[in-house]
Amino acid sequence: MTLWLTIAGMGLVTFGTRLLPFLLVERIEIPARVQDALKFVPAAVLSAIVAQEIFAPGGNVDISFDNLRLVAGLFAIAVAAIVRRVLITMVAGMVALWALQALA
Amino acid sequence: MDVRRREFVRGVRGVAPLALGVVPFGLIYGAFAVDAGIDPLPAMLMSVIVFAGSSQFIGARLIGAGTAPLVVIATTFVVNLRHGLYSVSLAPQMRSLPRGWRAILAYLLTDEAFAPTSVRYASPHGPRARHWYFFGAGASLWVLWQISTIIGVILGGRVPESWALDFTLALTFIGVLVPALIDRPRLAAALVAALVAVATVDLPNRVGLLLAALLGIAVGVALEQLRPTPRPPVVEA
Repeated sequence: MTLWLTIAGMGLVTFGTRLLPFLLVERIEIPARVQDALKFVPAAVLSAIVAQEIFAPGGNVDISFDNLRLVAGLFAIAVAAIVRRVLITMVAGMVALWALQALA
Repeated sequence: MDVRRREFVRGVRGVAPLALGVVPFGLIYGAFAVDAGIDPLPAMLMSVIVFAGSSQFIGARLIGAGTAPLVVIATTFVVNLRHGLYSVSLAPQMRSLPRGWRAILAYLLTDEAFAPTSVRYASPHGPRARHWYFFGAGASLWVLWQISTIIGVILGGRVPESWALDFTLALTFIGVLVPALIDRPRLAAALVAALVAVATVDLPNRVGLLLAALLGIAVGVALEQLRPTPRPPVVEA
């Protein structure tokens, strides 16, 4: 039961976030300053998530070469910077991780 | 009728290259959710009810770890906040549409739907039926997402943990994030957010993520004040 409530809650906040601006567009003018701040939401949020995933996989900070996800992640960042294609970045990162796991 | 169908098909085609990334992600989400201990039905319905891959992935992991529901929901909110940004960006285009349309399009609004749609709306002389483009893009992604989720759930337990497929979450985000860091304020925002996120990893309730996001945004805004970048032309309805 809790699971369904959780999923429903997730759906509600997600749909709400997407819907509210569409519904309120006639009534509310978003001040320019807020729009300027919103610009940075993707960069900040995605970066925070990625950072935790690669620097602290499993919850504990591990900044060493033993942290294979960190090494593979940094490689993926370099690939992404060069090719700028999501699929290639994903493949390169996974191959790198598997290679590192095999060598470890 | 003709222009509506044409826009719809254009939308489907416009989203096709991004769909290539969505399908494996759906497979992986489905398999990962089941591996994390979520029953097949809720795992599949999450793709319908939430329809936001990255938050489903993170949510599945948190749920599997026994995290409190409110924390899961709050984390989902933070992770999907950028969809609110997309919504604000496209909202002027909704002025001519009835509420039913707005609700459907809002439901379908994901990163992959937003990207080609915003480009389509940006050209100044497009037809008034471009919401059909939006609909075509969103609907095809929706179908693909549901199908790949189902297949992923079915494959579920058979995927060994050593394959580390949950790493694809970080990789997808890296793939989307890095090319988007087009100027120094954005780069600074990302770096600060990363630093704070790692430093606060031990804080409860994923508060660290929110803190990191807020500080990153603040730094980005501050840097932009110092050297203003020209604002892109506003998309008029």
